[in-house]
Amino acid sequence: MNYKRIKEKIYKWIFTVLAFSSLFFLVGIMIVLFKEGTPIFKDVGFFKFLFGSKWYPTYEPPDFGILPLILGSIWVTAGAIIVCVPLGVGSALYLNELAGFRQRQFLKPIIELLASIPSVVYGFFGMVIVTPFLQKTFNLPTGLTALNASLILGLMATPTVCSIAEDALSYVPRSFREASFAVGANRWQTLTRVVIPAAGSGISTAIILGMSRAIGETMTVLMVAGGAGVIPKTFLDPVRPMTSAIAAEMGEAPMGGDHYHALFAIALILFLITFVFNIIAEIISRRFRIKLGLSG
Amino acid sequence: MKKNITQNIGFFLLFACIIATLFFLGTIIYFIFTRGIQIISWEFLTQPPRNAMTEGGVAPVIVGTLYLTLGAMVFAVPLGLACAIYLCEYSPKSIVVNIIRISINNLAGVPSVVFGLFGLAVFVNFLNFGVSILSGSLTLGILALPLIISASQEALVAVPHSIREASLSLGASKWETIKRIVLPTALPGILTGVILSIGRVAGETAPILFTAAAFYKRGYPKSIFSEVMALPYHIYALMTEGTHPDKQKAIAYGCSLILLFLVLFISGIAIYLRQRQRSYHG
Repeated sequence: MNYKRIKEKIYKWIFTVLAFSSLFFLVGIMIVLFKEGTPIFKDVGFFKFLFGSKWYPTYEPPDFGILPLILGSIWVTAGAIIVCVPLGVGSALYLNELAGFRQRQFLKPIIELLASIPSVVYGFFGMVIVTPFLQKTFNLPTGLTALNASLILGLMATPTVCSIAEDALSYVPRSFREASFAVGANRWQTLTRVVIPAAGSGISTAIILGMSRAIGETMTVLMVAGGAGVIPKTFLDPVRPMTSAIAAEMGEAPMGGDHYHALFAIALILFLITFVFNIIAEIISRRFRIKLGLSG
Repeated sequence: MKKNITQNIGFFLLFACIIATLFFLGTIIYFIFTRGIQIISWEFLTQPPRNAMTEGGVAPVIVGTLYLTLGAMVFAVPLGLACAIYLCEYSPKSIVVNIIRISINNLAGVPSVVFGLFGLAVFVNFLNFGVSILSGSLTLGILALPLIISASQEALVAVPHSIREASLSLGASKWETIKRIVLPTALPGILTGVILSIGRVAGETAPILFTAAAFYKRGYPKSIFSEVMALPYHIYALMTEGTHPDKQKAIAYGCSLILLFLVLFISGIAIYLRQRQRSYHG
């Protein structure tokens, strides 16, 4: 009996130690980003770093202003949202409202499967097919532009948005719809005035997570955004979003130098942005579940 | 009558949305498939590259991806599972546990390039593993950790309390209950999560960019401390480096098709399993 009790204690301790060691790694990410990223704020100044309009990290003397990179990220993310919200949410509404049971059983897994296509494949497709097409259509010096990155990123986020939005729609209780039909509304009125408002916060969670995916995506923008670190004026300019700056420059940045710290600081900012997005998504989805009377 | 016209237009637009989505995504697969299949042959799959990456096959590249993925799983699966078991079965229900749960969810959404930087700072530089399979696997493993933890947690929570209590009432201890009752019941759900994360890890590029990948490496990797070629990075490098863009593009099509097939196949299994569980549970 005593032996058994000791064994139980040992197992409990093993699991506690393993659990905390994996948490240690996760907390470690934050510590490393702060430790390696904050020195540049001291050297350059926090506001000059964040709002400086020149990014010439290899010049002598170097300029570390990441505004062009932030704007690059914002442009491609905004463009991606314009593409993926109608496509993703529209598809989700179709799947939930119009598709028959069998069609939905068939299409939903396919959409989920498409969400797993690796980003480098999207980037490759953008380079070999979309780039020449855009270059010819708009008569540009290069097809590697913010527009290209937006299209590819939007397409890439569409299955994710669709899948999460469809989940949200499927949580809307049947009784809501029946009540609406009972007072004489047709299917479209029920959809737009009852189902969409009821699932609204779930759908916005889907959009926020899609945005979070687009802003953090690296390979696609590295391959198709063009990589010019200047403030973009139109969608047909090449841009250098934050992620692609990190990926493109980390190989050349000497370890421990200003450039190295600057890239870690960009990663820190990126981390905080996605963190805030995810927290917002979490809060909204929790409220959504409470509103529909599901367990939190 | 007017409201029916609005309805028809609205429904038509929704139909157009899903057709457009499937069309565009289908186009990607179509182009990669039709152009990739032209270069794929037995030789392409089994030979190392020759003549400055313009001829020969990509066998070492495929092997590299398998090593990295396997390494990541060896590291992440036991750790992630243990973490999930602790959080679900052992940990006291408190605010601390809730905070841990929320931060794990959030880490699943952290951009993959950030994981790459972490790997560079910790494994490559601080622990001095260098650019190697070990560093890359550990980095990919950490990326997979939150995915595995949250999937396992979900599966464990879904195990009904009644069967745990039945086991405990028969005199089984807590660990015996977990080992014999809870884990076998939760296994399909855990497996689905693990397989999905394999698919994700195999296709990731940004985390191995500075921690493991090399564009050209003679022969197969010899130890866990050697640099390695990997499919996703190889596609990127073929398109951006080297001196024979046209020949390299053809090889990149081949690599993309292999990667696409690999990832869709693995994720397909996971999604099939999940679909079956869903219909099983109703």
